[in-house]
Amino acid sequence: MTTPTIVLDRAGAAPEKRRQTLTGYMMAGPAILLMLLFVISPFFAGIYYSFTNQRLISGNETEVVGLRNYQRLLALSTLTVDPEVDEASGDFVRDENGDLVFPRSRDFTRDEEAYPQYAGLREWFTVQIGNRLTYVLAGDPLFMRSLTNNFFFALVVIPVQTSLGLLLAMLVNQGLRGQSFFRTLYFAPVVTSMVVASIVWRFLYDSNNGLINEMIGALTFGLVGPINWLGNPSVAMWAIIIMSIWQGAGMQMMLFVAGLQQIPEALYEAASIDGANGWQKFRFITIPGLRGIIVFIFLTITIAAFQLFDQVLAMTNGGPDDATTTTVFHMFRNGFREQDIGYASTIAVVFFLIIVAINLIQRYVVRDREVA
Amino acid sequence: MTTITESATPFSARQSRSTGKTIKLWLRYVPLVLLVFFFTFPLIFMIVSSFKGTNQQIFSDLRSLRAFLPVGDLTTANYDRVFTDSNFPRYMLNSIVITAGTIGLSLLVNSMAAYALSRLRWPGQKLVLSIIIATLIIPGMATVMPMLLLVSRLPGLSFDEGLALTQGWLDTYTVQIIPFIVSAYSIFLFYQFFQDIPRDFDEAALVDGASRFQIYFRIIVPISLPVFASVAILTFISSWNSFLWPIMTVQSDELRPVMVGLQFFFQRDTNWGEVMAYTTMITIPVLIFFFIFQSAFVKSMASSGVKG
Repeated sequence: MTTPTIVLDRAGAAPEKRRQTLTGYMMAGPAILLMLLFVISPFFAGIYYSFTNQRLISGNETEVVGLRNYQRLLALSTLTVDPEVDEASGDFVRDENGDLVFPRSRDFTRDEEAYPQYAGLREWFTVQIGNRLTYVLAGDPLFMRSLTNNFFFALVVIPVQTSLGLLLAMLVNQGLRGQSFFRTLYFAPVVTSMVVASIVWRFLYDSNNGLINEMIGALTFGLVGPINWLGNPSVAMWAIIIMSIWQGAGMQMMLFVAGLQQIPEALYEAASIDGANGWQKFRFITIPGLRGIIVFIFLTITIAAFQLFDQVLAMTNGGPDDATTTTVFHMFRNGFREQDIGYASTIAVVFFLIIVAINLIQRYVVRDREVA
Repeated sequence: MTTITESATPFSARQSRSTGKTIKLWLRYVPLVLLVFFFTFPLIFMIVSSFKGTNQQIFSDLRSLRAFLPVGDLTTANYDRVFTDSNFPRYMLNSIVITAGTIGLSLLVNSMAAYALSRLRWPGQKLVLSIIIATLIIPGMATVMPMLLLVSRLPGLSFDEGLALTQGWLDTYTVQIIPFIVSAYSIFLFYQFFQDIPRDFDEAALVDGASRFQIYFRIIVPISLPVFASVAILTFISSWNSFLWPIMTVQSDELRPVMVGLQFFFQRDTNWGEVMAYTTMITIPVLIFFFIFQSAFVKSMASSGVKG
């Protein structure tokens, strides 16, 4: 307790600090290195490639091309045309259905000399107002299509899957006997591979013999006829949505179960004494208690929704009529099949920015409610 | 009469109250059971169909509830054919090697990093922690193309004709394991769990002369088994089910994992019974793995990852 101990302490303090630093680097080192190599460097490399014409395999030197990829990806323009007029009579030309005939968008986009502003653009969709037709042109209409498909998917899946997850969590968290058995069964699709699930669901969705059509037919006494789930462009995305919710909801259930178990039982008891009903308990205890987890689930589910890919590749290959093409599928098509890494990276950068933006909006919305 | 009624009333009241309770209890199970049907019918269909011999049988059964029932001519021939027609044992071995390798290394690397971030003081620690949290928002798909280019250029070692340096990791086990070891999400789960372990444990062990490594291996790891189970499950799911990456990076049949091997069955006239037998065999291991670790999974999710 006297002089020697103090000396020892002083001498020991510095090496202990140095030793801790050394141990810290040694233990965190492998993770830091791997993260730099496989997460951070590809991320920044992707940003760089998006400004180049990088190919997957190429003999040519890679060149920096500035914003060319972004222009091709994001270019949008409109072109309004008048119907064709019969020169002899001065009337509008009509086709056999009596519809007005308009000049084709190709007449403008392919004519670089007369219309340089439309060069490289292609038709995305058209709007007809009265006697005028507006072509909405895009540098990459397929990307625009993918993006709208993604937003549609996310807009349905994020709220439905989150609420289904919460509902399931509350059902298996009532203290009933056998609830962990139910929990495991609801989670089973999550551990099933998306590829396997896609193959099985392709059967279930079959338009002629499919089980789902048979069940719908039986439940509606044959009123709802066989639906061509994967062959009809306006239904195919719904087919993917239903299957994705089936596959994923168990994960949100697990997270919510974990969250529910953190809410102290005493809060509910106190509320009961104060005469709160079930809805009030849910609104004022359960939901605020789960706020942190809801933010977390929104983040993960948004990322997952925008990464929609496996089921598209295995079930519809982007079809029919590009109705199920998604951003990642488009990226895969350009980067791997077409080997255009530069352009695929541009898609990835835009895709990342969209996710960040959506996440910021979600955080803002959830925080806003907390204040109110 | 009155006496009887009087004495009977409390009894029947009690009885009806208890039957009422029982009915109420049963009613609470109704949605649970209906949901079981929703979540399991595709899997039941898959397993049942794997025992049906011909495509015709599977398709005609699809029109009714027979699709879910083991009825008609049942056979295990599909399973035999999977083994004779395809390289199934090889794919299975590949997937086991890749998944086990990824899980093992990922548990070690991520938990050590989380330990260093949570319990040790070293320069740059705060920065590293915030960078790791920030990478949570980078979707895996956003980096997959540059990563493909990267692994095709990384130097590797070949043992084919003596030791030699090769260019590119394509077509190896390495390319299917190493890039997926580190995970910001796993580090985050470990970190949250470790933060809740009282620091007195470390202090006491330090006084006893234990090194930081020893504290990690002998004290922290044994009391953190639930979070290890969680990370193992999440890594198992993503590694076993990975599909896009091996399609892009693996060409030779001897290195294909089970999910990619599945494509083999779609080359000629597809025998659906065989496909179902194959998918059953590659799905059951994951289900079993999850069954074993599920209670630990829930426990550690509750105590770590989800505080927001």
